[in-house]
Amino acid sequence: MAVEILKEKYRGQVREVVLGAAKDKGGTRSHTVKIGGETTLPFLHFEGNIPNRPVVAMEVWDIVPEGWPESLKSNFEDVYDDPAAWAKKCVEEYGADLIAVRFMSADPDGQDASPDDCIPTLKKVLEAVGVPLIIYGCGKSEKDNLLIGPLGEAGAGENLLLGVAEQDNFKPVASAAMANGHTVIAQSPIDINIAKQLNVLISELSTPLLDRIVIDPTVAALGYGIEYSYSIMERARFGALQGDRMLAMPFIANIGGEVWSKREAFVPHEEEATWGEQPERSMMWEATTAMALLQAGADLLVMRHPRAVELTKQNIDELMKDNSY
Amino acid sequence: MGLTGLEIFKHLPKTNCKECGFPTCLAFAMALAGGKTSLDQCPDVSEEAKEALASAAAPPIRKVKMGAGEKEVEMGDETELFRHDKRFENPTVIAIKVKDNEDIDAKLNNINDLYFERVGQEFEVEAVALLNESGEASTFKSAAEKVAGGTDKNVVLISEDPAAMEGALEVLADRKPLVYAATKDNYEKMTELAQSKGCPLGVKGDNLNDLAELVNKVLEKGYRELVIDSGSRDTSQVLADLNQIRRQAIKKKFRPFGFPTIAFASKDDPQEELIQGGVYLSKYASMLVLETDKKEHLLPLVSWRFNLFTDPQKPVQVEAGLHKVGEPKENSPVYCTTNFSLTYFLVEGEVDASRIPAYILCVDTGGTSVLTAYADNRFTAEKIAEGIKATGLEEKVNHKNIVIPGLVAVLKGALEEESGWEVTVGPREAAGIVKFAKEKLS
Repeated sequence: MAVEILKEKYRGQVREVVLGAAKDKGGTRSHTVKIGGETTLPFLHFEGNIPNRPVVAMEVWDIVPEGWPESLKSNFEDVYDDPAAWAKKCVEEYGADLIAVRFMSADPDGQDASPDDCIPTLKKVLEAVGVPLIIYGCGKSEKDNLLIGPLGEAGAGENLLLGVAEQDNFKPVASAAMANGHTVIAQSPIDINIAKQLNVLISELSTPLLDRIVIDPTVAALGYGIEYSYSIMERARFGALQGDRMLAMPFIANIGGEVWSKREAFVPHEEEATWGEQPERSMMWEATTAMALLQAGADLLVMRHPRAVELTKQNIDELMKDNSY
Repeated sequence: MGLTGLEIFKHLPKTNCKECGFPTCLAFAMALAGGKTSLDQCPDVSEEAKEALASAAAPPIRKVKMGAGEKEVEMGDETELFRHDKRFENPTVIAIKVKDNEDIDAKLNNINDLYFERVGQEFEVEAVALLNESGEASTFKSAAEKVAGGTDKNVVLISEDPAAMEGALEVLADRKPLVYAATKDNYEKMTELAQSKGCPLGVKGDNLNDLAELVNKVLEKGYRELVIDSGSRDTSQVLADLNQIRRQAIKKKFRPFGFPTIAFASKDDPQEELIQGGVYLSKYASMLVLETDKKEHLLPLVSWRFNLFTDPQKPVQVEAGLHKVGEPKENSPVYCTTNFSLTYFLVEGEVDASRIPAYILCVDTGGTSVLTAYADNRFTAEKIAEGIKATGLEEKVNHKNIVIPGLVAVLKGALEEESGWEVTVGPREAAGIVKFAKEKLS
């Protein structure tokens, strides 16, 4: 009995975004990474095109991270105080597709490093690895606003992915991207309308930037409201496929920072007897969060634990196999 | 379910007798369409109408039960493709594999121990999937005996050999196990076995076409308590098949696919297996069979299941009461917020980031956010004061100072009066907590 396969025909397509720039485009990356371009929901190859596989970035900090559990820390012990070596290890040993550098040294409540202090680190990481980079500040917007311009300038032509533009604070990042050929992370607080509005605002500043935006819908960790992120992403992607061009950007999911600050990442087995052993449980917490968000349409995942990265990349390999009928 | 009031109205007697409690047949039809009453309230409805309405209103995916007594679980009965349209009905049943030729008692002990407590919720794994790995009917039967005595969980019996199945059913039929599987070679025997014992039957094809054909053959034999499997085992193909089955059932009411589904994770490495199983759980598997029995693997999976199957129209609540962030001491600050999970987790995350251990008094506002709860009189000075008393805060800290959300600064006076505590107005948004803590609390 022949089953008539049901295929949705969508009008829209997710925009394809290029990350990084090689020599031909004025950068020094060994290769670029393309994300987005889907014409169907995640991994439904039987009814549409998924031209680019989702990719995984690993986090590198410019200071020795505080508060990472030993089971995570031990993977980077030998490179902790050297962002360039750390980035290299992530790419060469752990298979990171991109590196996300967090300039935590800039934290005004910490080392309060100046933009000039941060630039050499950026240059060293650019030199150490050939993959495209994602650039994050310390997470405090007043300081990050001062940081992003000079960093963008120092990396001019590299097509860095710059974080983060927000609804009430998008100009510093968008301007830095415009001025020096970078791409923008547009972050919205689990809100589809703000996600869209922010893209409109950025495009009003510069129309060409429309093809250089990656949406950060704000993802929560498994067990901490992930279902909200999941449904917002499903709705936004559905909107994109139905033709809403202002929602048709690829998604970045910032998983590592969410997962590794939660109790599940730290609490030893002795304290939560029903949770299993902490080292494996915490790693699986990150991998399971990634698995779920891939099903919601994540195109770029930022993660921390090498084994969780490996499991996620295997999962992506499996899901990228053709499933046409 | 799926029928409009007018469609239902056509089948009603149109007597407007009011016996049903509604003024007219049309009003009754509208109420029926909204699920607010039942057809048996109508004294004059004809048998034909009943049948027509029942079959038209039948859910696109049949509800199938497994198990007996307290352990009974329901599968299927789904009406949606996306959880943002309406909640998913029945959480994926998780079954852990036991081979009939391994150390069954040891494995059963592990499975019985799979019980999880997290954020005030209790989770477990519902079933044991006994696999006829040996290929021997006698081994399968004695393994079934061990399962009968070794666990009270639900059982999935996995064998394509009708003789082996018959033997195991002699032991376990009372538990109403899932009989898996009927294939094109054995379906007549398997269907008779399942039907005679009143057990749900797994139907396994080699692909979607094959599955549709086989399901129709089983339906012709008059049995409908089915759980279906396309036979695919590659992650990507299983995802596609589960999608097709769900779509065909819901959008086309394609009868052979209008049943719950079963999916098998197939990876050898248990971590990979868990992630693969997570994909199936995310996308529509009604039952998932896994081999791993480790808590550190399954806690993330059962937590994801809990998240995925929550009602998106109903806010998720955190347990009200006193929560600790870090290891607070008697001089640690006390914050206060509502028990809407997103609100609470945002506050908790920021308090944690402030690196000052603290207590958070989480007030039961029915899972609403600060402003909604305030507007609704669920986040009041009285309720907060009551919380201070009920949680024994006064014995836990040596001060009387509580931080309230900036959005409800207006509560300050009333709360001070009501509780005798000094009230500090915190930031309006959780994002301001780190700065606030640094300036005001450290």
